[in-house]
Amino acid sequence: MSKSGKVFWHILRRLSQGVPIILAIVVLNFFLLNLAEGDAVDVLAGEAGSATPEYMAELRAKFGLDKPLPVQLLVYLKNVASLDLGYSFRHDMAVSELIIDRFWPTLLLMVTTIIIAIGFGIFLGLMAAVGLNTWKDSVISVFALITYATPLFWVGLMMIVVFSIHLGWFPTSGMETVAAFYEGWDRVVDIAHHLVLPTITLSLFYLALYTRMMRASMLEQYGQDYVVTARAKGLTERRITFVHVLRNALLPVVTMAGVQVGAMIGGSVIVESVFAWPGLGMLAFESLFARDLNLLLGIFLLSSVLVVVVNLTVDVIYSFLDPRIEVS
Amino acid sequence: MNEFWSRYARNRSAVMGLGILVLVIFMAAIASLIFPDDPFRLAGIPLSVPGANGFFLGSDTLGRDVASGIAHGAKTSLLIGLVATFAAVFIGIIFGAFSGYYGGLVDDILMRITEIFQTIPSFVFAILLVAIMKPSIESIVIAITVVSWPGVARLVRGEFLSLKNREFVQACHTIGMSDMRIIVREILPNCLSPIIVVGSLMVATAILIESGLAFLGLGDPNIMSWGFQIGAGRTMLRSAWWVCTFPGIAILVTVLAINLVGEGLNDALNPRLREGN
Repeated sequence: MSKSGKVFWHILRRLSQGVPIILAIVVLNFFLLNLAEGDAVDVLAGEAGSATPEYMAELRAKFGLDKPLPVQLLVYLKNVASLDLGYSFRHDMAVSELIIDRFWPTLLLMVTTIIIAIGFGIFLGLMAAVGLNTWKDSVISVFALITYATPLFWVGLMMIVVFSIHLGWFPTSGMETVAAFYEGWDRVVDIAHHLVLPTITLSLFYLALYTRMMRASMLEQYGQDYVVTARAKGLTERRITFVHVLRNALLPVVTMAGVQVGAMIGGSVIVESVFAWPGLGMLAFESLFARDLNLLLGIFLLSSVLVVVVNLTVDVIYSFLDPRIEVS
Repeated sequence: MNEFWSRYARNRSAVMGLGILVLVIFMAAIASLIFPDDPFRLAGIPLSVPGANGFFLGSDTLGRDVASGIAHGAKTSLLIGLVATFAAVFIGIIFGAFSGYYGGLVDDILMRITEIFQTIPSFVFAILLVAIMKPSIESIVIAITVVSWPGVARLVRGEFLSLKNREFVQACHTIGMSDMRIIVREILPNCLSPIIVVGSLMVATAILIESGLAFLGLGDPNIMSWGFQIGAGRTMLRSAWWVCTFPGIAILVTVLAINLVGEGLNDALNPRLREGN
C-alpha cells in the first residue's frame, strides 16, 4: 500500500479509537447527573417557588424522568448526539448555545498561551542545555522549579497586585472595555491589552514544563551517535546544535503540547475566574455558585471532547511529519 | 539505609527540600499548641497590616488571624495530599498489577478504562465530582484520588510487564506459588522505588489541586485551608494584599519542598538513571 494510503487507514483507525472514549465519557456524564441530589424538575420547582407533587409528577413524565434508567440513558445519548445538552435555567438559554458563545474567549486565551509557553519554553530549554551547568542553566532551572510549584490562582492575584493595582499597566479583569464601544483595530488592541495578564499567568506553569522537557530532550539528543558523527565530520558546535540536535529535540516537546491540553483547560478555569475572563472556565465557576449542574456537565463534556480531538489532530499531523512513526 | 542517605545527600537541594518539609510538618503538628483557638474565630481588628494589633501576618476582612490560618491550613494540605496519594497509589497498583501481570483481555479492558480517565481534563473532573458530592474533606479526597490514579496504573503496568518473565518469577511458578502471592510478595516489592518517587511527586500535585478547589469555593466549609484563605481574601486584594500573599507563599514553599524531595528520592532510589551525567 502507498504511504498516503497507510496514513489514511491510520487516521481512520485512530478516529475509531476516539469514538468509544467519547461515548464512555457521555455515559459517565449521564451517571454523574443521576448521582446528584435532585433532578431537573426539582430545580424547576425551586425556581418557580412552589409546585404541587402532582404537577411535579406531570413534569417528570413530560421530561421522561419517570422512565427506567436504561431508557433515560438512551434518550440522553440521542440528545447529546443531536447536540442537545439540556437547558440552563439560570441563564434561560440552551446549554449548547451558551457554551458555544463562551468558547471563543477560552480558545483565544488557550491558543496564545500555547504559543507563548511553547515558544519561550523551547528557547529557555535550549539556552539551559547549551550552557549546561553554567549560571544560565542554574537560573533557568531554578525558575522552572519555582513556577512549577506555584498555584496558578496565586500567580494571577499577585500579577493583579503588582501590574494592575500598583503600576496600573493592565486592567484587572474582563476581556474588553465594554463601556468604550471600541470598533475595528481599537477593539483588537483593547482585547490584547486585557489578554496580557491572563496569558502570562496561564503560560507560566506550562513554560516551566516545556523548559524542563526541552532541556532534557536536548541533552538526550546530544548523547546520540549522529552527534558524534557530525563532530567527526568537523561541523561546528553551532551547526550541530541548531541544525541537527534542535530539530530532533523538538518532536517530543511538541507531542507533549497535545497531551497537556486537558490540564490547560483546568488551568483556564482558575485563570478565567481570577481575571473574570468571559470564557468557559468563568462559566464553570459561575455555574458552581448557581448550582447549575446541567451547564457544568456540558462544559465538562465539551472539554473532554476537545482533548480527544486535539490528541487525534496532533497524532495525525505527527504521522505526516515524522516518517519514523509506525503507521501500518 | 546509610548508603541510601549518602546518595540522597549528594543532591543538596533535596536535603534543603527535606529540611523545609520537616519544618512544615512540624508547623502542622504544633498548630493547635501555638494557635489553640479555632482559626475561623474572629481574633481582633479586621484588615490589620502584618505586625500590627498582635497579628504577625495580619488579619483578614473578618478579623481572622492569617498566621493561625496558615498553621492550621498546613494540617489540611498535608493530610489531604497524603491520604489522596495513598488511595490513588493503591488503586493504581491494583489496575496496573493485574493489567501487566495477566495481559490479554484483562489488560485491554483495564487499560481502556485507564485511558478514559486519562483523557478527561482532570481539574474540571475534580470540580465536577466535588460539586456533585457536596464539598467536604471526604469528597475532596475522593475527587483527587479519582483524577490521580491513572498515572500510577500506567507506571505499575510497565514495571509488571518487564518483571513478569524474569527468572525469579518463573521459579515461583515452578514451585506452584499462587498468582496473588507472586503479584503481592514477589513482583510488587521489586517495583516499589519508582512508585515511591511518583507517589511523592503526587502529594505535591494533590496539594495544588486541593488549594485550587478551595480557592474556587469547593473546600470543606468547616476546615481551614490555604486555598480558602486566598479565595476569601481576593475581594480585598486592593487594600489587603497580605491576606492572599502569605498563604500562597506557604503553598509554593511546601509544594517546592515536596518536589525537591521527590527528585532526591529519584536520585537515591534509581541511581542508574543519574550515572550518565
